[in-house]
Amino acid sequence: MAMNDVGRPTRLVAGTGAVAETFTGNRALMLEEPLLFERGSLDTSGVDLPPVPPVPDRLGGLARDGVIGLPGFSEPEAVRHYTRLSRQNYAIDLGIFPLGSCTMKHNPRLNEKMARLPGFADIHPLQPQSTVQGALELIDVLADWLMKLTGMPAVAMSPKAGAHGELCGMLAIRAALDARGDERRVVLVPESAHGTNPATAAFCGFTVENIPANARGRVDLDALLARLGPDVAAVMITNPNTCGLFEPDLKTIADAVHAAGGYVYCDGANFNAIVGRVRPGDLGVDAMHINLHKTFSTPHGGGGPGSGPVVLSAALAPFAPIPFVRKTANGLELVEEDTAATHAADSFGRMVAFHGQMGMFVRALAYMMSHGADGLRQVAEDAVLNANYVLASLKDLYTAPFADSGPCMHEALFSDDFLDGTGLTTLDLAKALIDEGFHPMTMYFPLVVHGAMLVEPTETESKANLDQLIGAMRHVATQMLADPDAWRAAPHFAPRRRLDETLAARRPVLGYKDEAA
Amino acid sequence: MSRLYTQDHEWIDVAAKGSGAEATVGITDYAQGQLGDVVFVDLPDAGRAVTKGGEAAVVESVKAASDVYAPVSGTVTESNPALADDPSLVNSAPEGDGWFFKLTLSDASELDGLMDKAAYDAFVASL
Repeated sequence: MAMNDVGRPTRLVAGTGAVAETFTGNRALMLEEPLLFERGSLDTSGVDLPPVPPVPDRLGGLARDGVIGLPGFSEPEAVRHYTRLSRQNYAIDLGIFPLGSCTMKHNPRLNEKMARLPGFADIHPLQPQSTVQGALELIDVLADWLMKLTGMPAVAMSPKAGAHGELCGMLAIRAALDARGDERRVVLVPESAHGTNPATAAFCGFTVENIPANARGRVDLDALLARLGPDVAAVMITNPNTCGLFEPDLKTIADAVHAAGGYVYCDGANFNAIVGRVRPGDLGVDAMHINLHKTFSTPHGGGGPGSGPVVLSAALAPFAPIPFVRKTANGLELVEEDTAATHAADSFGRMVAFHGQMGMFVRALAYMMSHGADGLRQVAEDAVLNANYVLASLKDLYTAPFADSGPCMHEALFSDDFLDGTGLTTLDLAKALIDEGFHPMTMYFPLVVHGAMLVEPTETESKANLDQLIGAMRHVATQMLADPDAWRAAPHFAPRRRLDETLAARRPVLGYKDEAA
Repeated sequence: MSRLYTQDHEWIDVAAKGSGAEATVGITDYAQGQLGDVVFVDLPDAGRAVTKGGEAAVVESVKAASDVYAPVSGTVTESNPALADDPSLVNSAPEGDGWFFKLTLSDASELDGLMDKAAYDAFVASL
């Protein structure tokens, strides 16, 4: 195999129709790019700084005495490095990102403009509260929207992401149990719940028990009701669940759990499918986190940050974490102490240093206000419509295990049973989709179906975009069934082809080239 | 020596019947096939008490991490040192060199509920 000057293969493998051997290793506009450490020189620097003046050493013998070994680059070299790498990436701004359970929707630029207003972007958490009344008001207005949309009387704004929100809700449940001297410690988690749910419950000191799913991909109601008793602290249920299906028995479940003295935690990560249509408060939910970064379009997929406010029922509201915003006669205040003096003595305490993800709050409120109530309702309706369009367009070719039980919600679930006998699996199909220029769907999750493929198109894709994805998925599946051997080595056109995941996991090389040997 | 199987795809070799007897535990060929390439195995320390159906080890493949359950209750006497260096033994020899751990049985009657090879093969065929 041909190598370029940094030892990378440059030849396309036979069978793809093209053999590209160039001096540089580049293939026209597909540019090769070594690591910074492979090409930088320790002797050069992109900037000309004055010598460091002598400063007193306060490190007490811990000062570094060796060379760090950071490579130096001129500014254009550094800019080109990252630009070249970014061109090998896939992003929501390049095309549809049908990653189920992740809600990779378009991030409106208006949100970004609002988040950059100096009154929101340039303030400090330790500023006097009298100087940030506008920011506190924004938190208060957003909180009001969240309570209205969910039909819940209270909300904790500080949790920083979905799983952190789960932690907040379960700590509130734990605090409520402790406050009434209740020793119950079992949390029931259905198979159709998100995987973080049992982890959260265990972290809060609960014992987790599984409740099976029924043949329709929903919670097995009879099994759950049979297990309720005086030792059950809570049920954690995801609605819509990880199969992209609505849990129609949630109200029945909540009433039974409450009658048995327990609480209901709802994983609201999929709230984008029901926002404006269903109020979880009406279904008897005691606590639910809302992923602002999914449902209300903050820059999710760029690595965050996330934000996971938790709405709480009247029973759990007194235990909400500090700090929180409260209206007073003199304006808004941030309650920072969980004492009797601040009327927050029942609070279970503080989860984060400050009040939450301010930038995400601004983006989420901008999203809500620009959509309005009718627009938010249409978000849910279009997300569900798009997912059902994908499901209906593929279910004759792909195995759709729950299609017979009615429409899905915001994501369409398939299994790889239709590939039986070809020796190909979901992984091969996902790799083939890369050649078609799509980020693959979520694979092998949820675990309840074999070789799961979870497609979440979101409401921001047009019919034309969906038709392209559907066309590619039909083409790939049809070809794989007709000529399985041609697809074992896909992708053929990606900057890197099929990577050896097993070797990478068994013998990871964590250093750059010079250290790896 | 007889080999018995669970519905969770563990096998157990029992040297002799009776409480206090030593047994060897691993996962079946079917299980390793479903898991795909195994990259890591977390084994119980000697001396740990395990209960029938309780979690005893964790096996991690490129696809997923899965719990391995104790087929019967007992006390772990040894875990397979070879798996730390070469977890691929679980793929290449799941019912031989890729064994997970050994234990002494605390209640031999728990063996009665397990399947023999014919019953397990029929069970797998029904999946």
